[in-house]
Amino acid sequence: MTQQPVIEAHHISKHFDGFQALNDVSLTVHHGERVVVCGPSGSGKSTLIRCFNGLEAYDGGTLIVEGRALSADAPHIRQLRQDVGMVFQQFNLFPHLSVLENLTIGPRRVRGLPRAKAEALARKYLERVRIPEQADKRPDQLSGGQQQRVAIARALCMEPRVMLFDEPTSALDPEMIGEVLDVMVDLAESGMTMVVVTHEMGFARKVADRMVFMEAGRIVEISPPEIFFTNPETDRAKLFLNQILGH
Amino acid sequence: MASVLRNLRWPDLLILAVTAAGIGYVALTVQGTLSYEWRWHLIPDYFLRWREDRGEWFANLLLQGLFTTIRISIYASVLALVLGVALGIARCARNLTVQLLARTYMELLRNIPPVVIIFIFFFFLSQQLIDALNLNAWARGIARGENAAIWEFFFGDMRRFPSLISGVIVLALFESAFVGEIVRAGIQSTPKGQREAARAIGMGPVQEMRHIVLPQAMRKVTPPMANQFISLIKDSSIISLISVQDLTYKTVELVASTRLIFEAWITTAALYFLLCFGLSLVFRRLERRR
Repeated sequence: MTQQPVIEAHHISKHFDGFQALNDVSLTVHHGERVVVCGPSGSGKSTLIRCFNGLEAYDGGTLIVEGRALSADAPHIRQLRQDVGMVFQQFNLFPHLSVLENLTIGPRRVRGLPRAKAEALARKYLERVRIPEQADKRPDQLSGGQQQRVAIARALCMEPRVMLFDEPTSALDPEMIGEVLDVMVDLAESGMTMVVVTHEMGFARKVADRMVFMEAGRIVEISPPEIFFTNPETDRAKLFLNQILGH
Repeated sequence: MASVLRNLRWPDLLILAVTAAGIGYVALTVQGTLSYEWRWHLIPDYFLRWREDRGEWFANLLLQGLFTTIRISIYASVLALVLGVALGIARCARNLTVQLLARTYMELLRNIPPVVIIFIFFFFLSQQLIDALNLNAWARGIARGENAAIWEFFFGDMRRFPSLISGVIVLALFESAFVGEIVRAGIQSTPKGQREAARAIGMGPVQEMRHIVLPQAMRKVTPPMANQFISLIKDSSIISLISVQDLTYKTVELVASTRLIFEAWITTAALYFLLCFGLSLVFRRLERRR
């Protein structure tokens, strides 16, 4: 591979007063790759991907995103965040703005696009997440699944190089999970680089190039899904899979 | 109203009767012991008076005072809002010095009686400001100039302009501490996820505050903010102490020259009440419509 990796994490560690959230984590994500991160809760999955766009500061190791060293106070952090889209568990749509404004505020205020261009962009991505008809509604008028799709479109409007998903379906009612995963599968098939923290193993099996299994702040296992799901190397991963797939 | 009357039970009637008797007793005592002669018929003249020599109506003391109070309240509200938002943002700033300065200012103002603050601000600040800017001469110039009528519509008698301005400044500085506290509460009640989402699409701290946090915060604090502006109208009576000719000042003047003690003060109380209660009704309706 001649291209430089999108994300290179070398021996990253992070402490929350007294508690080690990340312990010597190394992970490289290449262009066009889909990486699914799983593991029991509290294993540091969310903390790890929040480090990838500087929402969380790490205190040891090096992190290089798109060829540039990243830390929360780096001068180019804002530029970097435009290249790294983020979708949150709780959607975090802006409640005082319409759906369309939620999508255009980034392109207009951060990328400096004129209104018409930003709106065209927004409508394109609303189409992509299959809710073009909701453009003029407020976020609180939408269902959870629709809100999360708007949040995905909002991140896409910045035309990022990589998309991070932090448990995007965990806050959803079961019947809405499918519509969000469908959009994410589409995105994966379009060649977007993705790092997804999720417990949706069906989705992981379908799109992941690599599975990352974390426990207690460490990466325990990295393997292709066909191996991870049938014959994981570590007992911990086996146990975890049994617990979430067993019933 | 009819339904209210139907819901009255005998305890209600008893309480009402006792209250009415109490009020009646006080009224009779005032009538008897003070041998006070009510002269309500004189009051309307102090709102509007017919000027024989010029053949026109002019606003007399009470109306002049009311207009001054309204003007001062509007300008001081706007200024207090601007200062208060700045203070509220500073109070939540990441820079510790900025945060502490804002906090010190707010805690000082909220823990000193308004009268004391107003004297301090008046003598130490607005007096000096007015002298430094030479506002007195400037205002007198306007009063003699061509556009005096327009200026007077906004600021009243231009010869009293400096005193009006110092009243506005003093009142706004005082109220800004309370507005700042309300804004701070609003900013801090905005969920952390909103800030993270703003940062995740590449917004800087200023954009995050301006486009995401502040609009949500201000929406949330509209009701306490409305109350604060009603408080400001009431607090504005204090600036009569620094010779700003507001409603309270004019009432003092009226009482001194006519001895219409009860009539004048009751009238003034009613005017403040109408102004403040009317506004609170308007705010309540606006609140419900949203």
